Amino acid sequence: MIALISVVILLPFVAAFAGMLLGPRLSETLRARPPRDKAAPHAEAQAEAPAEGRRARWQAAATAERSPLRNGPALIACLPVAVAAVLSAVAAFAVWRTPGTRTGTLTLVETGTVPIEIGLRLDGLPAVVGLMVCLVALAVQVYSVAYMAEDPRYSSYAAFISLFTSAMLLVVYAGDLLLLYVGWEVMGVCSYFLIGHHWEDRANSRAAVKAFLVTRLGDVGFLFGVFVLGVGARSFDIGEIWARAGTLPHATVTAAALLLLAGVAGKSAQFPLHTWLPDAMAGPTPISALIHAATMVAAGVYVVARVYGVFLAAPAALALLGLVAVVSMLGSALAALAQDDIKRVLAYSTISQLAVMAAGLAVGAWNGAIFHLLAHGAFKALLFLAAGCVIVTAGSTMLRHYGGLRTGMPITFWSMTIGLAALVGVPPVSGWFSKDSVIEAAQHAAAHGGDIAAGGVHIPAGVAWTVYAGLLLTAAVTAAYAMRLWLMTFFGEPRGRYEVREAPKLMSWTVAALAVPSAVVGFFGLGAAELRPHLGSAVVALLCAAVGAGAAFSIWNRDPAADPARALGPAREVFARAFYVDELYAAAVVRPVQAVARQVVAVDRRGIDTAVVGAARGARRLAEPLRRPQNGNPQTYLTGLIAGIVLIAAGAVIFL
Amino acid sequence: MIFVLLLAIPLAGALALLLPAGRFLPGDGAVRRYGVGVSGAALLVALSAAAAFDYGDPSRVQLEIDRDWAPAIGLRFHLGVDGISLPLVLLTALLSLLCFVHALRHPPHGAASDRLLVGLLLVLEVGLLGTFTALDLVLFFVFFEVVLIPMYAVIVLWGGPGRRAAAYKFILYTLLGSGLLLAGMLLVAVNAGTLDATELARRHGAGIAHGVQVNAFLLMVLGFGVKAPMWPLHTWLPDAHTEAPTIGSVLLAGVLLKMGTYGLVRVALPLAPDGAAYWAPWLGLLAVVGIVYGALACLAQRELKRMIAFSSVGHMGFVLLGIATLTPVGVNAALFGNIAHGLITGLLFFLVGAVKVRYGTGELDRLGGGMLTEAPRLASVLTFASVASLGLPGLAGFWGEMLALLGAYRPHADLPRETFVTFMVVGGLGAVLTAAYFLRMLTKITHGAVPADRAAAPAPGPDGPDGTATRTRIAPISRCEYAAWTPLIVLTLLVGLWPKTLLAVTTAPVRALFGGG
Repeated sequence: MIALISVVILLPFVAAFAGMLLGPRLSETLRARPPRDKAAPHAEAQAEAPAEGRRARWQAAATAERSPLRNGPALIACLPVAVAAVLSAVAAFAVWRTPGTRTGTLTLVETGTVPIEIGLRLDGLPAVVGLMVCLVALAVQVYSVAYMAEDPRYSSYAAFISLFTSAMLLVVYAGDLLLLYVGWEVMGVCSYFLIGHHWEDRANSRAAVKAFLVTRLGDVGFLFGVFVLGVGARSFDIGEIWARAGTLPHATVTAAALLLLAGVAGKSAQFPLHTWLPDAMAGPTPISALIHAATMVAAGVYVVARVYGVFLAAPAALALLGLVAVVSMLGSALAALAQDDIKRVLAYSTISQLAVMAAGLAVGAWNGAIFHLLAHGAFKALLFLAAGCVIVTAGSTMLRHYGGLRTGMPITFWSMTIGLAALVGVPPVSGWFSKDSVIEAAQHAAAHGGDIAAGGVHIPAGVAWTVYAGLLLTAAVTAAYAMRLWLMTFFGEPRGRYEVREAPKLMSWTVAALAVPSAVVGFFGLGAAELRPHLGSAVVALLCAAVGAGAAFSIWNRDPAADPARALGPAREVFARAFYVDELYAAAVVRPVQAVARQVVAVDRRGIDTAVVGAARGARRLAEPLRRPQNGNPQTYLTGLIAGIVLIAAGAVIFL
Repeated sequence: MIFVLLLAIPLAGALALLLPAGRFLPGDGAVRRYGVGVSGAALLVALSAAAAFDYGDPSRVQLEIDRDWAPAIGLRFHLGVDGISLPLVLLTALLSLLCFVHALRHPPHGAASDRLLVGLLLVLEVGLLGTFTALDLVLFFVFFEVVLIPMYAVIVLWGGPGRRAAAYKFILYTLLGSGLLLAGMLLVAVNAGTLDATELARRHGAGIAHGVQVNAFLLMVLGFGVKAPMWPLHTWLPDAHTEAPTIGSVLLAGVLLKMGTYGLVRVALPLAPDGAAYWAPWLGLLAVVGIVYGALACLAQRELKRMIAFSSVGHMGFVLLGIATLTPVGVNAALFGNIAHGLITGLLFFLVGAVKVRYGTGELDRLGGGMLTEAPRLASVLTFASVASLGLPGLAGFWGEMLALLGAYRPHADLPRETFVTFMVVGGLGAVLTAAYFLRMLTKITHGAVPADRAAAPAPGPDGPDGTATRTRIAPISRCEYAAWTPLIVLTLLVGLWPKTLLAVTTAPVRALFGGG
């Protein structure tokens, strides 16, 4: 079984290198005629007339799907991940039939202290998450064949997705925390490359750098947390750490859990390290679907679940996680309410939903959080890919340019409706089940004075109440922004000059395929007692959602041509700028660091180096008086010689 | 015996170039090919030494030769390798060969003939290989010094516009360090009554008074610290790197700096362990100051080559931090960091050289941007090297830095733990700053659109009837460049993906260094 999942990890890894080095060559071998002569005029057309360019882009996407079997990079990208998906399904099935933990260690790397174990660990959690990752990655790769059809760098794009998939699978299946960290960071760099895929535009490049640096700042804390755990437990093995977490000193566990949270906040874009995710929307839309919605950002939550034993031993960290989650979920939901860009709405929504998972973990709903992670992986990938279809058709990412798309693109419309219903938590779509189990756990914790479901662990009752209230408020705001997005995109009159038609089949069918799990994944939860819907919490949450959605609808209904966000009044600007956190960081961190850096260069030149050069100059100046006598005049030398003899002789006479 | 051969090949090669040019190898091309042949032969010998090495017992000194040299004062001609030095010997032989291969098509422009250049580089190789194989203190020092003169000459004869001042600074500074180093080594040797490094290491400082050890270690740290370079003794380095020709910079960064850190591990730690324990917190402090200082200096740097040079200060800071922890894992980290930095920074200097030749400038502002459009392959390799250098896991740069921080989390039991944990935190932030300056550089020069002045310049391509003319301005990567870069790229990946290749060799001797099994 371990061999099987190592193949699952290695397949996309090999595909990445193969795609990078051989992709274009393979298409040349497969194709009878060169494809480039068609692409070039399209690119020019796009520059000249936007409307013309949109049609050209649609055409290119449509023609690409006619010959996917002749597209080398596409084959190298899609086939391995398809095989990996099948294999991971086999692994998940095996774990389902005979539950239990399977581990395998390839080798032990001696470091001089705690050894690093190159090994994998498979149990229920990695099995389902790994399957989800493979399926979403497959969907995104297939979708990208059409979406990125006219991109000259498609082969490197697809290769980085493959590399990313492999790294994410390593995170999921790793049995050793340092090995997990390797995958963790490689994901980060793939995210950097893919956000900056269109690097011609400096803004994309800056967004990529920001994403990498902010997450890396958190990762340093994460790495230190791994150190604390590894050195404390004398092993980096996840099983060992979980087993020994209870026996470690309380201070050690708490420090480790808090440090791990830094990494989690960075990767899962939680407050205060959340600022990179909205900017990361500069990347191509399928990337946002895969990396910045379904998988990488969920890795933070996944890791907390993976070493949950450590967090149960450190309730202070759980409480902090709960508070961070509440700030993130409510703040970003409000920010989503006022965004103009459809992708940024979805990005803030992702932060908010990840916070829901984190809140679930904070109140002990381990199963509920993972359930929501899986459901969110499906419906958020669906939402982003559907948004990609809308963007291709309408040629813009701005909500104010959409409208009336319902009639022309039914597949996208219905898929996105299912996705938004799942996001809001409308029964019986997946999100309703998963969100309900989290809300129920929070309610339970709040009602029982902070006793969380997982045996005998307390968090402060105030935190539990805050989490519960935050979840309900977020449910209302979520319904409002989802309703706004739905209405502004698909209803009313078209506000842009575009021809409404369905996206190419490769794209729309992928979206439709993702709508199936988004709709039905929830029913799998009926098997477990704690995942079944509870009447009380479900009704309260639904009421909140109905209020939010109703408000958004009634404001929109007054003037379907205008943006419902206008009702926010002066708060709109604050929400749209996400409470000015970016500006704050720029003033408090970025500019000071730059100033210090300039100072260092100056000090190096004028301070330290001047001391060195000055020492040399001093030595020369010291030598100057000594040089005077050595002037090459024999008379002086002879005079000196005689004077010396006279002195010595005189000395001898006087002292002897 | 094999190491005598290893040293004799480049030495004989250099001496043969003293024959009159008319009789032996007329023409620059022949001389350069000759250099490739000689250093290739040396690499083959080094590889066969590696093949003959018994990996079951890497802490034992192997393939030894131990002869009387000057018996009157107890000098011995003692060469050999263990797991600590073997990787460095291979790195030296490899980088020397790659430099010759690179120079085959891209010789540096300078005031003297290629014949002199090849001869000097071969002498340099002798000195470097000798430093890493010598096991007698005086012999070690002799080789240590042999390196200086050829490098000085390479900088002063083939360097950039400010070469004279840079070369003077380089040689005077390092000579001053060498003087201190010699004093420190002799202080220990005289007190212990032997010059043999293996014998002294076996004693773990027994029989040498505490005060002597403290003084000797300080002298040795200052000596090696100049070479490493340790902040604030680093100021020779940016100038020397910036002015040196490409292959000079590659060897400086790739191998010469390692002499300092290798010396600390091979000579300073085992000879004066008490002194090491006394000075370790200060060494650690200077190391983390170097990490942050180097990163900040890079962040505001405007010249590409100078930036890479300063990045060495930061990276070697991690190596020094590892040593300062006085733990097996820390020293392991240092040895790993040495090799990783040699591979990655060597590659970076090759790339910077390629950029400067093609664009005629290394100023970030004048380079503008759009390198990925104009020279996609060069820019891709540059991106790869930068990402490796910022310590991405899965590439070579990560393991050294990570293990150094891990060592600092739990330093040797005699050291103040809180201090070192603080160093760890500062070092970790330095790693973030390292990422920041490399990404800033990539954004500045590889991303964005090609600057208007370059894009607009009419460049009649030889076969470009259409709009591909702008591309032809930037020369494609030559075969020699590929040959010089590919081994470094492959090794960076290999060592990064499979760190056991190095750690399996170094762990046992490093444990032995601290008296463990």
